[in-house]
Amino acid sequence: MTSAGRIKRGVPEGLWIRCPQCKGTIFRKEMEARLSVCPDCRHHFYLPARERIKQLLDEGSFEEWFTQLRPKDPLGFTDRVLYSQRLEAEQAKTGMPDAAVVGRGYIRGRPVVFAVTDFAFMAGSMGSVVGEKLTRGAEEATRLKLPLIIVSGSGGGARMQEGILSLMQMAKISAALARYDQAGGLYLSILTNPTMGGVAASFALQGDLTLAEPGALVGFAGKRTIWNTVRLELPDGFQTSEFLLKHGFVDRIVPRKDLRTEVARIIDYCEH
Amino acid sequence: MASPSSYLPFEKEIQEKEDLLTTLENKGEGPSDEIKRVRKELTKLVQKIYTNLTAWDTVLVSRHPNRPQTLDYINLIFDEFVELHGDRAIGDDRAIRSGFARLGDYRVLLIGHQKGHTLKERNECLYGCAHPEGYRKALAKMKLAAKFRLPIVCLIDTPGAYPGIGAEERGQAQLIATNLFEMSRLRTPIICVVIGEGGSGGALGIGIGDRVSMLEHGYYSVISPEGCAGILWKTANEETKRLAAEALKLTARDLFRLRVIDDIIPEPLGGAHRDHRQMGNILKAYLLRYLR
Repeated sequence: MTSAGRIKRGVPEGLWIRCPQCKGTIFRKEMEARLSVCPDCRHHFYLPARERIKQLLDEGSFEEWFTQLRPKDPLGFTDRVLYSQRLEAEQAKTGMPDAAVVGRGYIRGRPVVFAVTDFAFMAGSMGSVVGEKLTRGAEEATRLKLPLIIVSGSGGGARMQEGILSLMQMAKISAALARYDQAGGLYLSILTNPTMGGVAASFALQGDLTLAEPGALVGFAGKRTIWNTVRLELPDGFQTSEFLLKHGFVDRIVPRKDLRTEVARIIDYCEH
Repeated sequence: MASPSSYLPFEKEIQEKEDLLTTLENKGEGPSDEIKRVRKELTKLVQKIYTNLTAWDTVLVSRHPNRPQTLDYINLIFDEFVELHGDRAIGDDRAIRSGFARLGDYRVLLIGHQKGHTLKERNECLYGCAHPEGYRKALAKMKLAAKFRLPIVCLIDTPGAYPGIGAEERGQAQLIATNLFEMSRLRTPIICVVIGEGGSGGALGIGIGDRVSMLEHGYYSVISPEGCAGILWKTANEETKRLAAEALKLTARDLFRLRVIDDIIPEPLGGAHRDHRQMGNILKAYLLRYLR
């Protein structure tokens, strides 16, 4: 679910930025040189899809698939803005046709099918295009017998503006991942901040192994939904990676700097 | 059948007509021409109103307090119900019921949301909002059914999965995710019917089937109209709820058109809440058709 109007969170502009966690002022270049992690408190900043690919995959190895897929407005949805207009604005802002990038690449020489959702595009919510790309990614991974890695980041979950069709993307990708599982494939799900709602309630939590970046918000109903429905304030540290680890839903919390090594290692254990 | 307090806002004319009919009948003069005329008018009126429901009206019908729920259908059309409790992990969620049931000559596993009619029952089953335990329980029983080749019938009727601290701590998203994953590959036929509210992931969590259908006046949506209005229109009031309900395309007819569901199961004139027995018979015939 995405709400419109407000300025999207992400890395703010400027030479110096303020860390939302430790409130320290940090030099932007230094933060970026450290994979967009705060040098003082290790807060993990938002990472655009392109950056994620650069960090995780071998240089120049990524070959993007399904680039012809474009979102439509099947319901003619309007809230305060036409969905079609909102799409155009998001596309112009991010330079992406929709929130997911899927393709093939190498991690330390190991071939994988790789997918990532970008929070900057409508909070990384899953509409038909995101669902279709991920589903095709899983199907290609099945056909090519390659490991599948999905890095999810979605504050929205299923995209309200495509209504029931968004909800059904959850079913579709789940079915594809189930077939992939049956064929013996390795699916590594990597949770980043935030992974909520219908994204969490489908592919993000269907992995053979689930890794999470530190401090990522992961859950089903968000703070606002819980407050609006049952008038409960959430305690600090609720629905974080650490919270999930404690409650048994995450295999490992992996700092960004170790992610590449960790993923490569897990692949070696499972794909020998 | 409808009690005076249970008329929906758009049923004002129906209420007036029914009141008139009751007055006439109470005169005790036997079936006069006037009574016959009023009855005929009433039927026409109900027909007219119920063929022109807005999306929001449909939501109200789907939530009608007298609308039959899973336990009503168990009493109405199943010959036997052996409830199976517990999720083998946390507890026994009363918002989802599961058990062996007999329908005509067929043995099935029945899974269904229960919202409750009385306040006591509603407090017990939290208005059909299941916790992770409910989804885990449903899946455990479904796996059992698959092992013994029992077909599965799922009756969906929930405003949504329970949003709360306990539910999150115990992995609401994880449990729904697991159910979608496992249900999509269970080696046994599954028939899912939205009998009332199809609220988001909470509905889909027992909603993956070989046949997915809806009763005529049910709804099925990615989010409740109120929830959608609250987020996209920033405030949920009478107007934005209606707009959201319309925009979400959540009625059975919309979903059939979008090819999300296989069938629309017709309801008795004026909705399932007006005639439980007839609704039961229609649903039973439908289920039997697909079990054969």
